Amino acid sequence: MKTLVELKALREKSYKEMYLHGVTNGVRIQVGYGTCGIAAGAKPVYEAFLSEINSLKLDNVEVTQVGCMGECAFEPIVEVLESNGSKTIYCLVTDRIASEIVEEHIVKGNRIDKYLLSKIKR
Amino acid sequence: MLDRMHILVCGGAECKQSNSVALRDKFNSEIKRLNLGDDIKTLLTGCFGLCALGPHVLIYPGETLYSGVKLDDIPEIVEQHIANGKPVDRLLFKGEFDRKKFRNRSELTFFARQKRIALRNCGVINPLKINEYIARNGYEALGKVVTTMTREETINEVKKSGLRGRGGGGFPAGLKWEFAKNSISDQKYVICNADEGDPGAFMDRAVLEGDPHSVLEAMAICGYAIGASIGYIYIRAEYPVAVKRLDIAIKQAEELGLLGNNIFDSGFNFKIEIRLGAGAFVCGEETALIASIEGERGMPRKKPPFPAVRGLFGKPTNVNNVETFANVPVIFLKGADWFKAIGTEKSSGTKVFALGGKIANTGLLEVPMGTTLREVIYEIGGGIPNKREFKAAQTGGPSGGCITADSLDTPIDFDNLIALGSMMGSGGMIVMDEDNCMVDVARFYLEFTVEESCGKCTPCREGTKRMLDILNRICEGEGTLEDLDMLENLAYMIKDSSLCGLGQTAPNPVLSTLKHFRDEYEAHVIDKVCPAGVCSNLTNYVVLENCIGCTKCSRNCPVGAIEGKVKEKHFIDLNACIRCGVCKTVCPVNAISTKPEHWEVA
Repeated sequence: MKTLVELKALREKSYKEMYLHGVTNGVRIQVGYGTCGIAAGAKPVYEAFLSEINSLKLDNVEVTQVGCMGECAFEPIVEVLESNGSKTIYCLVTDRIASEIVEEHIVKGNRIDKYLLSKIKR
Repeated sequence: MLDRMHILVCGGAECKQSNSVALRDKFNSEIKRLNLGDDIKTLLTGCFGLCALGPHVLIYPGETLYSGVKLDDIPEIVEQHIANGKPVDRLLFKGEFDRKKFRNRSELTFFARQKRIALRNCGVINPLKINEYIARNGYEALGKVVTTMTREETINEVKKSGLRGRGGGGFPAGLKWEFAKNSISDQKYVICNADEGDPGAFMDRAVLEGDPHSVLEAMAICGYAIGASIGYIYIRAEYPVAVKRLDIAIKQAEELGLLGNNIFDSGFNFKIEIRLGAGAFVCGEETALIASIEGERGMPRKKPPFPAVRGLFGKPTNVNNVETFANVPVIFLKGADWFKAIGTEKSSGTKVFALGGKIANTGLLEVPMGTTLREVIYEIGGGIPNKREFKAAQTGGPSGGCITADSLDTPIDFDNLIALGSMMGSGGMIVMDEDNCMVDVARFYLEFTVEESCGKCTPCREGTKRMLDILNRICEGEGTLEDLDMLENLAYMIKDSSLCGLGQTAPNPVLSTLKHFRDEYEAHVIDKVCPAGVCSNLTNYVVLENCIGCTKCSRNCPVGAIEGKVKEKHFIDLNACIRCGVCKTVCPVNAISTKPEHWEVA
């Protein structure tokens, strides 16, 4: 990396990979993986997403770790980003809920309202 | 104050290019022109995720979404919609986009009211992938600085932005850089202070775990500006996740040539190493931190000479905190003027707070300087659970003090907090309600400083210990009025005569609680009563008339001190009671009180 032009080319390429996953119906699942998330059980959740996505062979879906979103009291938090622009935040997720999210939300396209951060929040 | 209306203008990078700041300003000026009142709030929010159709404007209540808004459309929106409540049909968002799905994130005040600069990538990118940082304009600031700007220009930009150190003192970062630059030496160093030690503060950890590259990039920019080729990150070993991610981040940046020799072909070399600390609070003090990196025992040194003149290994050194660094790349990407426009006149930018204690949304939030405590606690923080009353917020950790209910509407910035007898500190904010005893809170912080005092100077080593003895006496019910005076005298003496910041600020929690809650101290020493029901020697538990006789307290009491039949009022045998508070916690109807005015009723 020696020039700003090179950096910008890499930026554009990375941006597309990050948000579109190279396809038009891409989905990005972000699991909060800061210390707060890990302490609340993000690891089994992350693994559950990975194994569900692998077993269903959904290659348009990317599962990724991210840092703390700030709502530490409601970890593990999972955000689902879709290439149509929608963002959904699920909170207090367990590995069981993770499988449910994949089956209902990712496969069938039905958001599961009862796990939404905006619904659970006291 | 509750706002009547919120106008959210998309401030995402894409919409920014279509002039969202001007849009927001136009809204403000139109609202002012039509005199629509000051209870309409305009906000720049994060990306709405529909960039192709931007810029977007979302209006609450009613959640009306306008897209492709131009400056000329704004008078119409304000006159028709804001003033008369009729949405402007032709600008309404039309498309197959599922509004319900989109609502989820922005309908949460927690996100909508924040402005994320230091935390811009936290929870957004994968911290293990440098590509995702680059996708969000990462390392562009470094590239721009080393290829197009001189060292003077770089420092002037930071000075112009008004960025102040986020680690506690609030010293202007640009000035600090300039001092280090002006020192002449064959070798200089940049240190990132990641020794976050305040009880209840975890924002540096979140930045390092969620966005490690932003700190690396800023350290390299600083290195270029002051003429340093080596950077150290001093981080406590208690943050294993952050250490691991930093380590990975450094390797990735080196692989791409963003750290190392001849960065961006400019001839500038910079490498970064990690140094682990053992978790001593005093090592957050810069001279003690430097001693620790050198392999010495972590003890502060006399200033001057300041580290900018003689620091690490005797060479000029610039030390900044994690959050300070995390702001730096954004200043170069968006310009010092942009940064300066956020916050208040003397404290520009934003501040990250770690909210803890009696608060619904425990977590991290980032707000512009000048936001009031009321907004932070009640709007973003979600208020105090269990219908309790707010009593005080503690900021600045063991070096800070309390902010009381009277000051809820004071805008939070460096200078206002000092005027209130507290300080910004690193940004830990602990909320306390009526169930917190302020004497006990002061005792908690002092216990912490007694443990963490390095022992080098006598006032801090001995003085804080004696203060703690007095506080222990008061909490046990053996304090006298003279004790209060002695406590205060001792506190001022320690402040005036300690060597470093730790000792100089250690008495602050005591002084601040003495100032604002002297009545509680007096209740402890004169009436021998702890009004909050925390100090067990000075508390009685009684059952009130609204007891429903559910027997829960009696079943949970560890010493069987509560008697009573089902559906009848219960009684506590105060001779057997050990004041553990379990009954109060389990009571479903709040029928157990420690308030002195109830003692006689029972």
